[in-house]
Amino acid sequence: MTQGTSLYVAITGHVDHGKSTLIGRLFYDTDSLPEEKLEEIRKISLETGEEMQFAFIMDHLEEERGRGITIDTAHTFFSTEKRQYVIIDTPGHKEFLKNMFTGSSHAEAAILIIDALEGVMDQTRRHCHILGLIGIKQLIVVVNKMDLIGYDKEKFDKIVIEITDLLESLSIRQNYNIPISAKEGVNVATKSEEPRWYNGPDVLQALDSFNELEVEEKDLRFPIQDVYELDGKPLAVGRVESGGMKKGQEVSILPSGKRSKILSIEKYPDRNIDFAEIEECVGINLDKSVSRGDLLTPPEESRTLTPGIVKTIRTNIFWIDSNPYNLGEEIIFRSTTQETVGKITKIYKAYDPADAEEVWENAEVIGDSQVAESLIELDKPIVTDSFNEIPEMGRFVLEREGYPVAGGIIL
Amino acid sequence: MDYLSKLENKSIYIIREAYYRFKNIALLWSIGKDSTTLLWLCRKAFFGEIPFPVIHIDTGYKFPEIYRFRDHYAKEWGLDLIIGRNEEKITEGMGPDREDKLLCCTELKTNALKKVIEKEGFKALLLGIRRDEHGIRAKERYFSPRDRDFKWNYKDQPAELWDQYNAMAQEDTHFRIHPILHMTEKDIWRYVKKEEIPSSELYFSKEGKRFRSIGCVPCCTPVDSEAQNIDEVIYELEHTHEAERAGRAQDKEDAYVMQKLRALGYM
Repeated sequence: MTQGTSLYVAITGHVDHGKSTLIGRLFYDTDSLPEEKLEEIRKISLETGEEMQFAFIMDHLEEERGRGITIDTAHTFFSTEKRQYVIIDTPGHKEFLKNMFTGSSHAEAAILIIDALEGVMDQTRRHCHILGLIGIKQLIVVVNKMDLIGYDKEKFDKIVIEITDLLESLSIRQNYNIPISAKEGVNVATKSEEPRWYNGPDVLQALDSFNELEVEEKDLRFPIQDVYELDGKPLAVGRVESGGMKKGQEVSILPSGKRSKILSIEKYPDRNIDFAEIEECVGINLDKSVSRGDLLTPPEESRTLTPGIVKTIRTNIFWIDSNPYNLGEEIIFRSTTQETVGKITKIYKAYDPADAEEVWENAEVIGDSQVAESLIELDKPIVTDSFNEIPEMGRFVLEREGYPVAGGIIL
Repeated sequence: MDYLSKLENKSIYIIREAYYRFKNIALLWSIGKDSTTLLWLCRKAFFGEIPFPVIHIDTGYKFPEIYRFRDHYAKEWGLDLIIGRNEEKITEGMGPDREDKLLCCTELKTNALKKVIEKEGFKALLLGIRRDEHGIRAKERYFSPRDRDFKWNYKDQPAELWDQYNAMAQEDTHFRIHPILHMTEKDIWRYVKKEEIPSSELYFSKEGKRFRSIGCVPCCTPVDSEAQNIDEVIYELEHTHEAERAGRAQDKEDAYVMQKLRALGYM
């Protein structure tokens, strides 16, 4: 395997459409399972009197194996000649949607699995909405259990048309549609003879064709995470979320708009470095004081992208708590290291993505697993960018009583 | 940014986030490769000086090399070291051979840790566990709440979206924080090599055997190996099908023992 790259891939789809089985098959066919693990699965399969259960590779909780379902998201690792993969299994049940969202929010690519017999189902639709919300750019649609429909091309095409319509409505474009049988190993890690009408790549080839997400050169965004003391001077630490930072550079501290200068950039054990790049965690010395939640950007005259400094935001949120939200209720809004109290003051529309026909306009309530286009009013101004420009600056989490209850993006 | 730097920055961000949210925090150091890597990352995150205590849970059954390593680096790195021992049970002669292994782990590790947390009032612990170690660890979050009895409610974990970590502790909970969760065994060794992080000689082959995972002397067996340095260890890992914790007795007794141990608060 090549060292130096790794791709996070979420496996999503409706319950029982075969997510865990697909992953198990990928691991098995790429010879990625430790001998012990194989033994353990053989042993458990013997004890329970069932055939080899590939799903057991991912479903590790006793409750998961007993009920034959995935409860929580899990990350596992395997490698091809091209790179290392971090495979994120996600649960397909509605009651575990928050775990699916958790897993997917770390993905750079996704596989959406659809059962050839059942077609597009409720959780397929909900998962698609979450993939849209996280802005997934690399997607493989697989139609599983093709063996059970005799590799019928017409049925496959019908499912592909339906899912393509749904994805398009969410501004997602899938890169591949692959007919597979995870159980039989058809078109998973080896190109199979069946179905004869399919000439595209297998799942593994499709994955290998993806790239790690390219980081575009954009303006600096440096949210202050904390302030320490180093050599008797305050040192503001944080992570570069966008652009880069140079020693001696002039910056603007938002939301106040004060100007300042980066006197030094510090790391350990290398002190006083000249430059910090995107994703790098560093400490900086400034000639003005800052605190957590402040955000450094280039000064106004040298910006190419103007950030918003706003107290009212129009958003799209996905509610993942079993207790609904009632209009006007106080919540905590968190984006990068910014945090403030706020409330939703208008719900333009709310709906369950499983049934997008039924839409509540001007709703008073947002229920579990519902998507809502809504207006949030905040107590303090926050600094934002459009999600399409700088995703880190355009997404947020809502918390209630210390628990995350929704994730969203700024429209 | 190269692959190892990405992993490092992700961990440092989480460590700093944890320290921002919990001032009453400590690092759990087993002196193995993973928790020593975590300790190293903490030194980097805080510019050489870790601003909180480092706990070693001493069962009394550790390798002499491990005690020597601990004392040497605790001094060299200026650590505020707390040694947690369940003296009562150690005096009573608790051991893996006298009682069952699950009970021994619970008393000498989990309960020893409980005592330290109670005494010092820690609200959060940094732990060097990794997702690729064990199926049950693959389901961990970066920030994971535990109740007063250390129970891990693995069936209903709070959501953890993007880099927003849930850190609201109820009065009687503490948080487990896992900053190197995303690293694999190979990543760890590659990072150890790049950063020149010291590691115990037990990890390297002597007379055809080495330890891949280090715990207590009676419950830990070495694997056949000729790997005498880090490069050879990495090469070996790239070509093995053996599980990392294959030499750890507590993982073996039944298929769900690790789940049970973790639900009870095991590290």
